[in-house]
Amino acid sequence: MKVLGLITAFCFGGLLFYISFDFPDWGDSASPASQHVSSYYIEHTMQDTSVPNIVTAVLADYRSYDTLFETAVIFSAGLACFFLLRVGERQAPAARFYRHLSTGITFRIEKGGRLPESTGEFERIDSVWVPYDVIIRMTCRLVVPFIQLFALYVIAHGHHSPGGGFQGGVIFGAAIILFAISNNLRQALRRMSEKITTLLSSLGVMIYAGTGMLCIVMGAGFLDYRALSSFLGVDPVTARSHGILIVEIGVAIAVTAVMVWVYYILSSAGRQDEGL
Amino acid sequence: MDGIVSLIIAKYNFWAVIVLLLIGFYAMIAKRNIVKKIIGMNIFQTAIILFYVSIGSKKGATIPIITHGHDGVNHTVQAADYINPLPHVLMLTAIVVSVATLGVALALSMKIYARYGTLEEDEIQGKLMESEPG
Amino acid sequence: MIWSLDIIILTIVLICGIAAISIRDLLGAAIMFGAYSFMMCLLWSIMGAVDVAFTEASVGAGVSTVFFVAAVFRTSRRTKD
Repeated sequence: MKVLGLITAFCFGGLLFYISFDFPDWGDSASPASQHVSSYYIEHTMQDTSVPNIVTAVLADYRSYDTLFETAVIFSAGLACFFLLRVGERQAPAARFYRHLSTGITFRIEKGGRLPESTGEFERIDSVWVPYDVIIRMTCRLVVPFIQLFALYVIAHGHHSPGGGFQGGVIFGAAIILFAISNNLRQALRRMSEKITTLLSSLGVMIYAGTGMLCIVMGAGFLDYRALSSFLGVDPVTARSHGILIVEIGVAIAVTAVMVWVYYILSSAGRQDEGL
Repeated sequence: MDGIVSLIIAKYNFWAVIVLLLIGFYAMIAKRNIVKKIIGMNIFQTAIILFYVSIGSKKGATIPIITHGHDGVNHTVQAADYINPLPHVLMLTAIVVSVATLGVALALSMKIYARYGTLEEDEIQGKLMESEPG
Repeated sequence: MIWSLDIIILTIVLICGIAAISIRDLLGAAIMFGAYSFMMCLLWSIMGAVDVAFTEASVGAGVSTVFFVAAVFRTSRRTKD
């Protein structure tokens, strides 16, 4: 099977190598990819939308219909993971592990035993238990707010620097995942429960689609941000810049919620009581 | 000799992309473990993204963020000074779709593991054969 | 576009890609995949695609590697090939 795979791969590679002599040279300004539409985008972005970052302007304004469905694809991926793996709490695990915080003793309670009450003395730990490490917990507690602040900066500054809604949303989700890894999964679930992640992910898609519908209500086409100028009180060029910011915020909320949701489902195999 | 060197300089990025495509393709069809196949799928996707990004580059051009002065004067923008931004936009969507596909593929592989107890393709096929009635 | 840096990083990308599919330990393969993703991000930032490089750094070398490690943790870690 492996030899057959190698032969197929080399035939495929030989065919592609033969084709590659017809490609335009690397770095050629007259290549067909740079001719027709992209020169219009480069020359007219600043006077149409007053956003210097051309990639953000094309992504969220000229080609915003594609980005709407990209956000819908992320949301449906979160939904697919949820429907595949999520099981209810009807089967309790066979044995639970607890740690007494003052002395550091860990013990195991079989099924049917009496669980400790939820005072501050006993802490439930995972089946593959790790020692109580102060350094990791305190370091991650200190670092997580700065990561979230940087993520908000990336979202807000997407007009002038590389970044935008999607990158900032992923960084924000990564900060919450860091908190879930360093502390328990149950602690992270207590602060950002699964209900909130489902609500936020659909809220992000609704913000994006809602902006488009608002433009229709104001009289222009779908996702034509010039119609928002009377709603926001500015001239049409700045209204397009603000419209880009609003949809980027929608994308960021949706992406954050879906990344955290998929992490909750994957790391606990659907049961959501013990994580990584 | 000169012609060959200039040919290599003009085309070597396409050849690197072809080698990466072959690595990903070989991993997808010849490896027996499912997680290795998923890694091969992601290598294939990032190689395609590298191909599209590299056809948008221009010699001597700068990144596609318009340099604007603080005095409010708008300079005329030449299209040859900036790298083509259109492949970048399309590839942002492609990266997003690849991470969504990765999440669903890993969820499916965990479901297969819960059902058959293994992630190797030949063992799964053996268990399927012996549980089949005919 | 610095040509020598470009060729060095392309070579490292190819080595990381071959290593990611050859390592028998699935956790090691996930880590090598994270390294491959980060080297691709450097390659794109050399070519001038800064938005794509930013996205690949946060998605590929961040969240994608975490998903792989979580899935390997819940299934088995060893593989025969």
